[in-house]
Amino acid sequence: MTALAASYLRPVTLWGVAGAVTLTLAILGGVAIGETPLPFDTVLKVLANHLWGAGHDVDAIDAGILWSYRLPRTLVAAACGAGLALSGVVLQSLVRNALADPYLLGVSAGAGTGAVAVTVLGLGGGMIGMSAGAFAGASLSFAIVVLLARAAGGGSAQLVLAGIAGSQLFNALTSFLITKSANAEQARGIMYWLLGNLSGVRWPDVTLAIPVTLSGLVVCVWLARAMDAFAFGAASAASLGIAVRRVQIALIGATTVMTATMVSLVGSIGFVGLVIPHAMRFVVGARHGRLVPASALAGAVFLIVADVTSRILIPGQVVPIGVVTALVGAPGFAAILIRNRRRA
Amino acid sequence: MKLHAHNLGWTTRGKTIVDDVTLDILPGETFGLVGPNGSGKSTLLRLLTGLLPRPAGRVHLEGVPLESMSRRDIAQRIAFVEQMADTSEALRVRDAVELGRTPWLSALTPLGPEDRRIVTEALEATGLAHMAGHSWSTLSGGERQRVHIARALAQRPRLLVLDEPTNHLDIHHQLSLLRLVSMLSVTVVMALHDLNQAMGCDRVGVMENGRLIACGPPAEVLTPARIAAIFRVHVTPLRDPDDNATLFRFHCLEDHS
Ligand SMILES: Nc1ncnc2c1ncn2[C@@H]1O[C@H](COP(=O)(O)OP(=O)(O)O)[C@@H](O)[C@H]1O
Ligand SMILES: [Mg+2]
Repeated sequence: MTALAASYLRPVTLWGVAGAVTLTLAILGGVAIGETPLPFDTVLKVLANHLWGAGHDVDAIDAGILWSYRLPRTLVAAACGAGLALSGVVLQSLVRNALADPYLLGVSAGAGTGAVAVTVLGLGGGMIGMSAGAFAGASLSFAIVVLLARAAGGGSAQLVLAGIAGSQLFNALTSFLITKSANAEQARGIMYWLLGNLSGVRWPDVTLAIPVTLSGLVVCVWLARAMDAFAFGAASAASLGIAVRRVQIALIGATTVMTATMVSLVGSIGFVGLVIPHAMRFVVGARHGRLVPASALAGAVFLIVADVTSRILIPGQVVPIGVVTALVGAPGFAAILIRNRRRA
Repeated sequence: MKLHAHNLGWTTRGKTIVDDVTLDILPGETFGLVGPNGSGKSTLLRLLTGLLPRPAGRVHLEGVPLESMSRRDIAQRIAFVEQMADTSEALRVRDAVELGRTPWLSALTPLGPEDRRIVTEALEATGLAHMAGHSWSTLSGGERQRVHIARALAQRPRLLVLDEPTNHLDIHHQLSLLRLVSMLSVTVVMALHDLNQAMGCDRVGVMENGRLIACGPPAEVLTPARIAAIFRVHVTPLRDPDDNATLFRFHCLEDHS
């Protein structure tokens, strides 16, 4: 029995360790690389000083940049990438459409509207208030898009078109809110943030992003088998013993919370939820027991790399991270479209 | 496994699709459901497996009301193969059949050796063992149908509900499927298109406009007069000298009026 358990655990443990090492390396890279590159040993010293008070002698400015700016930023990028990739996996499974992704389905746009409404109208306020607003907006837009797609006949194309309609509607609402209520400086800040921007990230953001993503990951791992059972549709899942309504609510809830949190922290970053799960299906297959952890890891690493790229692409300028992900994601989206045509 | 349906009905958007069906399925029997397109066969099968919301009437599974059982409890007893369930997931044949183990596994337990054995057996029973690694998108309609049957077998149900299982199969696979089904020790309820195939069931039920209008041994139920009235075809029963089985030959009603 123990030998049996061990034979199961061995690959799981191996992959777990490999994943943790990859993620750690990506985080260290994300912290070291930037406009002012920091030598690796400085990075390790600063981390040691903070984590267990090692008392190494390092430059105070380097230490400040690293600990107060780059590390939280990198950690939020990781959490955000994982969260968005997981949201993509969940949506693709539930709506049974390879093109489903929080950005394309208008969930991100709705979250943006909610967050902006809270900010400029002064409802609630604060980070939690903004996240709550984003959550309300995300839920509303998702409901509208799914209902519209169903009313239009429920096909794959209908869903994507409904997503476009939803995105346009909520982006227009956001613009309206900004024009009506924000002053010029606020407006510019909001617009920049909406394109996806990690430059304002500090430690309090980390304490929101990481727990949300980890909870989302736990829900997705727990329901991985249920997501597998959705392969042939909800009725088929029900006949396989899945409590369809409950699973849908849990998964949609987790997705909406993750997307809303990420949008309220860093704006709307597109294509991660689309491209990462798709790429991972090639590597680990379509079964969610593997796809979920693999996508979370790949999403985290991808967004760290995208963030580093956004910082060093144009010297002296930070390109919004949403622009970087779109530059990679849009061709990826095209590839998925073409592949789907071949399969149909 | 004994199934009892009492005054079962289903209405959607003011239209009654299944109307007041009372039916007993006996343990071990093979029950065929026939009727014209749109007569409510698929809907009745979904009602019997508890898949439709807000049904009228009740279904009891071995004396236990279906609505008091969890989906998982039901899935450990009843497997259901829908008409034409498709997926865009890049699944392999074996993955799809492994889905049948879902009701027997908890969230985090991986498939055990016993589960793998059951899956392999299901693949062999449906003649798919050599295709286990093929991907779903490369399969023909008939192969897909057999994968669904294999998945249902891997579920190890005591009641197997099949909706027009022979629909996409060539004649060889139609016959081997019906033979497989008749050899299983489980109770089978299936909707069938082919009245000659229905003749091979222990009992048949005839649906018309959502009502179960006749139910009993095939020779008693599928009379030429009834077939003419329901299916609007004229039949000539023929006898196979080999085994004295009755076969139907169909003609247009117009040619015989
Ligand atoms: N979910 C539904 N909503 C509306 N009408 C339905 C629904 N399901 C079935 N119907 C209608 O009910 C009738 C019976 O359908 P069905 O049970 O599929 O018949 P059969 O399987 O005998 O061909 C058809 O007219 C069909 O259009
Ligand atoms: Mg039907």
